[in-house]
Amino acid sequence: MAIATGASDGATAITDAKRRYKAGVLKYRQMGYWEPDYVPKATDTVCLFRITPQEGVDPVEAAAAVAGESSTATWTVVWTDRLTACDNYRAKAFKVEAVPNSPGQFFAWVAYDIILFEEGSIANMTASLIGNVFSFKPLKAARLEDIQIPAAYVKTFKGPPTGLIVERERLDKFGRPLLGATTKPKLGLSGRNYGRVVYEGLKGGLDFMKDDENINSQPFMHWRDRFLYVMDAVNKASAATGEVKGSYLNVTAATMEDMYERADFARQLGSVVVMIDLVIGWTAIQSMSNWARRNDMILHMHRAGHGTYTRQKNHGVSFRVIAKWLRLAGVDHLHTGTAVGKLEGDPLTVQGYYNVCRDSYTRQDLPRGIFFDQDWCDIRKVMPVASGGIHAGQMHQLLDLFGDDVVLQFGGGTIGHPAGIQAGAVANRVALEAMVKARNEGHNIRVEGAEILRKAARGCSPLQQALDTWGDITFNYTPTDASDFTPTAAVAR
Amino acid sequence: MMTNPVRKITQGQFSFLPELTDAEISLQIEYGLNRGYAWSVEYTDDPHPRNTYWEMFGMPMFDLKDAAGVLMELQHCRKTFPQHYIRLIAFDSTRGVESIVMSFIVNRPLSEPGFGLIRQEAGGRTIHYTVHSYATDRPEGERGAPQTS
Repeated sequence: MAIATGASDGATAITDAKRRYKAGVLKYRQMGYWEPDYVPKATDTVCLFRITPQEGVDPVEAAAAVAGESSTATWTVVWTDRLTACDNYRAKAFKVEAVPNSPGQFFAWVAYDIILFEEGSIANMTASLIGNVFSFKPLKAARLEDIQIPAAYVKTFKGPPTGLIVERERLDKFGRPLLGATTKPKLGLSGRNYGRVVYEGLKGGLDFMKDDENINSQPFMHWRDRFLYVMDAVNKASAATGEVKGSYLNVTAATMEDMYERADFARQLGSVVVMIDLVIGWTAIQSMSNWARRNDMILHMHRAGHGTYTRQKNHGVSFRVIAKWLRLAGVDHLHTGTAVGKLEGDPLTVQGYYNVCRDSYTRQDLPRGIFFDQDWCDIRKVMPVASGGIHAGQMHQLLDLFGDDVVLQFGGGTIGHPAGIQAGAVANRVALEAMVKARNEGHNIRVEGAEILRKAARGCSPLQQALDTWGDITFNYTPTDASDFTPTAAVAR
Repeated sequence: MMTNPVRKITQGQFSFLPELTDAEISLQIEYGLNRGYAWSVEYTDDPHPRNTYWEMFGMPMFDLKDAAGVLMELQHCRKTFPQHYIRLIAFDSTRGVESIVMSFIVNRPLSEPGFGLIRQEAGGRTIHYTVHSYATDRPEGERGAPQTS
């Protein structure tokens, strides 16, 4: 439903300059931040905000205020606007619609001219788009739902340093999801004990092991010790299997100097991958991306902290927007959810994140939460990572939902195996290969998946033990963040 | 003999499963052909994890649309190199992919010699690692012969 634009007093932009720039306070739409006839240019960035205006605040005025506060406006008229081509700098709200089945919430479309953003800087773009505006009093809540970034601006970014195609070439692994596990327990292991877990997992058949987000350089394990033991495990496992193996060495640290030092040591030891946490911030992410590009390193991004602003539907930033920014900023791996695991995620919404990571051209797809077409201009593709509360018994669902280009990470589902870590890894690898083989042979894995697993387990006792242990574990909770355009339910087994 | 859980080199899509039969291989080839991939047969006597370029048993079969034809090439290769590693590789020429999209081993030597890890101790507790392919301990022309042990 479109909102009436209203012709009543104060509803439209004041075109007479003398009246417009008279000292005092005007409504945002009078200042030119509401242009219902505006057609976005090919070089404009278009944002879709979900806004919840305070009682009595007109949704159109609220949308105009969002446009104003995320671009040039201040609370009062300033004459110095007239020294500039100010119309260009004003973001323009051009459409407002009520959100289906959500009283009090409105979608507001806002367009931004390309001059507003420094080339190649996510920090600059985010300072505008999610800067002051989210604290603005006339709004109870605001959420940036989606963003369309023009080709002209996309091309100012270098994107992923490696990308999933080249990652596969470097690792010599094709035609199946990659397998990983997060080393557990996440805190307390000494470097030597930690390397043991890495070795067992990789020799058992995983492609990657992973530091957890909060493993940096604590008293129980300093970073150099971890790197040295882990790389012994990685190389030993590589020799034992004839495969390229890796372990995401988390280089997250207090300062850029510390991160560069750790990343350089990882490179010197021959690691194929390093890892950073989202909490290091956009500038640090882009710096580490440049470093990874210079050093032929896969850059793994753990989205630590995102749930604080992505999860609630009425306020914050959707993860699909974060994923788009991270692809431009340049990471190779990105945790994007599991849909079937322990962490938040409606299946279609999660698929939307995956598409943003892997598409050459993303099409509007409302059930998956994608509001805009997005041309990625041949920027490399990010490998999505599914991690958190998943196990071998869900292999058919995971392969069906996400396809081949994903890292499936079974942490507890590997290390918690009753017969040990190697057995856990074997179970996951056998389940994966059996499922890929069956799918390629023409089996409908969504329907036959459980039977395919049972059959594979007949020749593989570690898989049988895994199914016996976790076969019935599901996390069927109603997602908090699902599309407004189709009813969805958590995946049933 | 290798000591990992499946006692063999685990490269490729299906190394943790029982060796694929020719009928099963045909189904995989068909899957690739249906998606427009071009198949290629490659073989080597040195399966080192960083040995990227196995020998090509002829060119990729860009114009071959019949799984039986690809399988025939594979059988020809097996007959010529029965004690080598042989893999089938599928190429996808789609813009934005332009790389290998399937790869699995379809022939192995009777005994897989595996690899040793050579450590060179360096300063600051750093170690430089070399994965050594035992297969290459024998001269180039003699590696394909069955090992007596």
